Amino acid sequence: MANHTVTFPITDPAEILKLRAGDEVTVQGHIIGIRDRTQVRIFDQGVEPPMDLGGAFLLHTAPNVRKVADGKYEKICIGTTTSARMVRFTEPLGRQYGVRAICGKGGFPDEAIAPMHELGMVYFAIVGGAAALETTQIEEIEEVMWEELMPECLWKFRVKDFGPLTVGIDAHGNSLYHDVQTRAKAKLEELIARF
Amino acid sequence: MSVAVTTDLQHVVEDAAAHLYVWALKDIPQDLRDALAVARLRETSVPGKRVLETIHKNLNIADSEDNLVCQDTGIAVYACRVGEHFPLHPTRIYEGLRDGTARATVEHPLRSNAVHTITRENTGPNIGYRLPIVHWEFIPDWDGLDVKCVPKGSGSENMSFLKMCIPADGVKGIKTFVLESIVGAGGKPCPPGIVGVGIGGTADYAMYLAKEAITRPVGTRNPDPLVAQLEDELYGLLNETGIGPMGLGGDVTVLQCHIEHADTHMTLNPVAVNYQCWAARRASAHISSTGETEFDREF
Repeated sequence: MANHTVTFPITDPAEILKLRAGDEVTVQGHIIGIRDRTQVRIFDQGVEPPMDLGGAFLLHTAPNVRKVADGKYEKICIGTTTSARMVRFTEPLGRQYGVRAICGKGGFPDEAIAPMHELGMVYFAIVGGAAALETTQIEEIEEVMWEELMPECLWKFRVKDFGPLTVGIDAHGNSLYHDVQTRAKAKLEELIARF
Repeated sequence: MSVAVTTDLQHVVEDAAAHLYVWALKDIPQDLRDALAVARLRETSVPGKRVLETIHKNLNIADSEDNLVCQDTGIAVYACRVGEHFPLHPTRIYEGLRDGTARATVEHPLRSNAVHTITRENTGPNIGYRLPIVHWEFIPDWDGLDVKCVPKGSGSENMSFLKMCIPADGVKGIKTFVLESIVGAGGKPCPPGIVGVGIGGTADYAMYLAKEAITRPVGTRNPDPLVAQLEDELYGLLNETGIGPMGLGGDVTVLQCHIEHADTHMTLNPVAVNYQCWAARRASAHISSTGETEFDREF
């Protein structure tokens, strides 16, 4: 299990291909915050996102913020939400907008494996609930679009040493979640047989 | 005079709720810190250790930066034990809890999560129709009030499960359902946390009991030895599943399993599971009949 540092948005798809399920990753650069209602607006209501998602790292979040002067937002506490609710957007995010990484907590179910493999995308697992730490790694909220969806807007964050993240699903068809579930289900049968 | 006392006490309850909500979100109880420290020593998988190290670092940063442990400020849930002679009616206690929740949300400020269940529009500063949620218990021959605030995050609340087992399924049916639920939940409820199990009663009451179970200090045992034995057994079994921290695989899947029970109908065998994430936030206050408030983490 290797350690990597990756800067987003990426320009070279090979950056994603070198990551393997279980590897540890630290992220630099810019990441984009997104959530349920943001993606419902893009894909179910057909509204073009007013931010470039090419090569992007998306974070499943809805931050605690404070509005300050000149329309800017200041961070209070920024953490990550459960990804599984949003798995159906994986394929169109990659195919239509060129998103390369999705980060959240709790993992994606198996339906994300094929599109991530085909389109060269990864899922990064963050530690859910570790928001105090995550907040210190977000240097600034640079842009907020679709403020009327607060807090489920499109957020652009500048990050420094964001992580540690674990590659949960890689672009080669491997998923830690699939492997853990397969082993746990076999174990479950064994445990139940003991009763 | 009784009106004046009542109004003052309502403000005391409001102040207590405002303090408890923020305190619970920022400073997790010692029993939970200890359980997480043990988990960190026990875990052997690489991703699992990485998760528990990160949790440890996160708690230190929340302490030093005076920040929230987790961004999900949850649904404010309160458990109240009201003495028979406490001189403020529960309707007013409820108002105090509601107003304190709203005040803390606005003043801190905290993220407001409350929405109308159909329109999904925000209903206010973590309050709304029937929000916050309060569990009541009434205590004879006593004039105090205990208030416990348990902000409940959605990631773990979404991992709630109910099964109406049949009596012939017995305890085996209960154990099987709890294990299947936690394996199925995988990493979604932010493991390792507290698995709350409610057994007996009716369908609704079993879930109510499961929620009560997650509000207990980590590792406390049900006073009924038969139930306590089941808690021990399930705790061991759940940690054999290999789900691990954040569902990435490992030795520590749960910090504890707590069970609350009620007697039931001869034809019923309900079992409910309510999960509490590793950030099992909890803070309590004891309020006397004259309005003195003592904050506490042991309850």
